[in-house]
Amino acid sequence: MPTDRKQSVQSTSRQLTVVQALREAVREEMRRDEQVFVLGEDIRIGGSFLFTLGLLDEFGSERVLNTPISEAGFVGLAIGAAIQGMRPIIDFQYGDFIFTAFDQIMQQCAKLQYMSGGQVSIPLVFQLPTGASGRGAQHANSVETVFCGIPGLKIATPATPYDAKGLFKSAVRDNNPVMFCVHKHLYGSKGRQLAESSISRGHVPDEEYLIPLGRGDIKKRGQDITLVANGLMLHRSLNVAEALENEGVSVEVVDPRCLAPFDTDLVINSVVKTSRLLIVEEGSERGGWGAQLAADIAGQAIGFLDAPIRRVATPNVPIPFSPVLESAVIPDEARIRSVILELMDH
Amino acid sequence: MRALTIRLPQVPDFAPLDAYDHDLLREIYRRMVLIRQFELKVNELFLQGVMPGTIHLSLGQEASAVGACLALEAGDVITLTHRGHGQALAKGVSADSLMAELFGKVTGCCRGKGGSLHVGDMSVGALPAIAIVGASSPIAAGMAFAFKRGETGQVALNFFGEGTANKGDWHEALNLAAIWKLPVIFLCENNLYGVSTHVTEVMAIDYVAERASAYGMPGSTIYGNDPIAVHEAVKSAADQARAGGGPALIECLTYRRGGHKRDDPGAYRPQEEVQAWLRTDPIPAYRERLLADSRFSLSAIEAIDAAVASTIDASVEFALASAAPTTESAWEHVYAD
Ligand SMILES: Cc1ncc(C[n+]2csc(CCOP(=O)(O)OP(=O)(O)O)c2C)c(N)n1
Repeated sequence: MPTDRKQSVQSTSRQLTVVQALREAVREEMRRDEQVFVLGEDIRIGGSFLFTLGLLDEFGSERVLNTPISEAGFVGLAIGAAIQGMRPIIDFQYGDFIFTAFDQIMQQCAKLQYMSGGQVSIPLVFQLPTGASGRGAQHANSVETVFCGIPGLKIATPATPYDAKGLFKSAVRDNNPVMFCVHKHLYGSKGRQLAESSISRGHVPDEEYLIPLGRGDIKKRGQDITLVANGLMLHRSLNVAEALENEGVSVEVVDPRCLAPFDTDLVINSVVKTSRLLIVEEGSERGGWGAQLAADIAGQAIGFLDAPIRRVATPNVPIPFSPVLESAVIPDEARIRSVILELMDH
Repeated sequence: MRALTIRLPQVPDFAPLDAYDHDLLREIYRRMVLIRQFELKVNELFLQGVMPGTIHLSLGQEASAVGACLALEAGDVITLTHRGHGQALAKGVSADSLMAELFGKVTGCCRGKGGSLHVGDMSVGALPAIAIVGASSPIAAGMAFAFKRGETGQVALNFFGEGTANKGDWHEALNLAAIWKLPVIFLCENNLYGVSTHVTEVMAIDYVAERASAYGMPGSTIYGNDPIAVHEAVKSAADQARAGGGPALIECLTYRRGGHKRDDPGAYRPQEEVQAWLRTDPIPAYRERLLADSRFSLSAIEAIDAAVASTIDASVEFALASAAPTTESAWEHVYAD
């Protein structure tokens, strides 16, 4: 089976959205392995982002388990099922609601394997819509950031249909809890806003493929500066990089695709070439994954840098509701562009 | 998952109104109409695409919100849900500041930083709404804990939907309130659905209020489309709580007139159930009762309708004319001074 294969011929390609690619992935994995099942709120009618649309018809209500609104309860139930050999996938309506189950996530799910000396493992995928989408502070968390400090969890943040499918299939087969975080503006579900960029829809091959968790990808080659971004910020960064190409600034756009494990080598190799590094993320600046990456690059490759490492992130405030304020705090293309130009002036 | 069992409304005989104060009866009507017209206006503004965000309308649930809030004292506090516009207006949040909040304006009750899911105004005892299902119940119990410790004589009332009664936080809150005899009223607006999921699918008992006995508190299930019945039940629970009798659970049977939120047609609901409940609209039913009372004339009631209509129109004008928050305000209120 090909791994991480990129299709070069796009002319006859199947163009999918992220949610369509995810639906294929979950369907294929459920067909492949009877132990795989999905649970969550209102998933019978597709769930919040239509991730489970149509699954009930094929797999029935035992493998597409509609739950009460009891996040702590059903996360715990899934952990128990996983310990006994099942492979649950939990569909969260919004990743934001996972905090009501946080003891189950942080103290049980992430630690039982370790504490038991390897006697149990917990293969469990959390499907988590993440990021801000005009709904006020309690529905706007960049949940992936919070998981970064929890050893025992893997974290994927795919941003394209191709990546979403390949990573999701790997997540289902992984023997660890995987927090699968997709930005709310990237699913492309019916009735939901889709962030536009050259890669927000894309080719997904017919043949099966897997993308290993922890391997990043270069979304655009460049010579002058390395820009690392994920999720929605990847799309905004790419839009800026493509525009700057015509103005003579060559930006290399690196998508880590996973935050844990993190493909630091890919970033180092790029920085060795460009000598400049900008990290863009949607979560709050303080404690963001970009801070860790900056520390790692400073520690391992500072000799290659010609300019200070810069970060663009949301300032340390809860996400305000008013659209004026939301767009003032979430990094936009203008801000990304101006920091790139500052770095180029350095 | 259990099967969906259809739940038709059982409308009891209404109590005569003679025993009730004229001004109270009038105010119940005014606030119910205020909520109805506010929600209809908000829906219209959304359909026109002029209002940002998302909304969960409380159309059809006016009687439970108003009956409950008017049974409280001004100093009592409520917690609101994601379906909170009606609860806010019932407790006395002004239509102006509520409408402005929905538009994200600086004059909104939360300065434009809350939005529809987080409306509230502490000056009238409405804690800005908590949109995470179940999370408000322990907070309501905590406020009641402070009232009890401070011997303030205040009561907290926790609004929630029947779907919330399956959350662990909710169960924990009931237990704490019961063991510490906290002055808190758990007020369930049972509209039969949590998003698309019917209550009979996710509870193996018939009524949420049956759970009260497991925690050692009184529980009652009442017809929630009668504001007088709700008022009576909450008044007596509040009296009990103030007298040191501890918490109570009151379940109001009601129905959403529309879907769960703006873009949900509610197609998962059996037509037989929908039609039966739509016929039990609380507002016309109450209006008829008022008209049968010699103290209310048709013209007096129509005058209330007209006054509410101009209040709503004025609130839209106010909101539209208000300034957006300054960009700098995004950085304010992160920490208290
Ligand atoms: C912890 C949590 N899980 C899920 C949601 C998404 N959600 C919002 S409202 C709702 C249904 C709530 O049902 P109910 O408590 O009966 O209140 P109703 O909507 O009927 O007023 C759900 C599942 C949420 N806000 N919080």
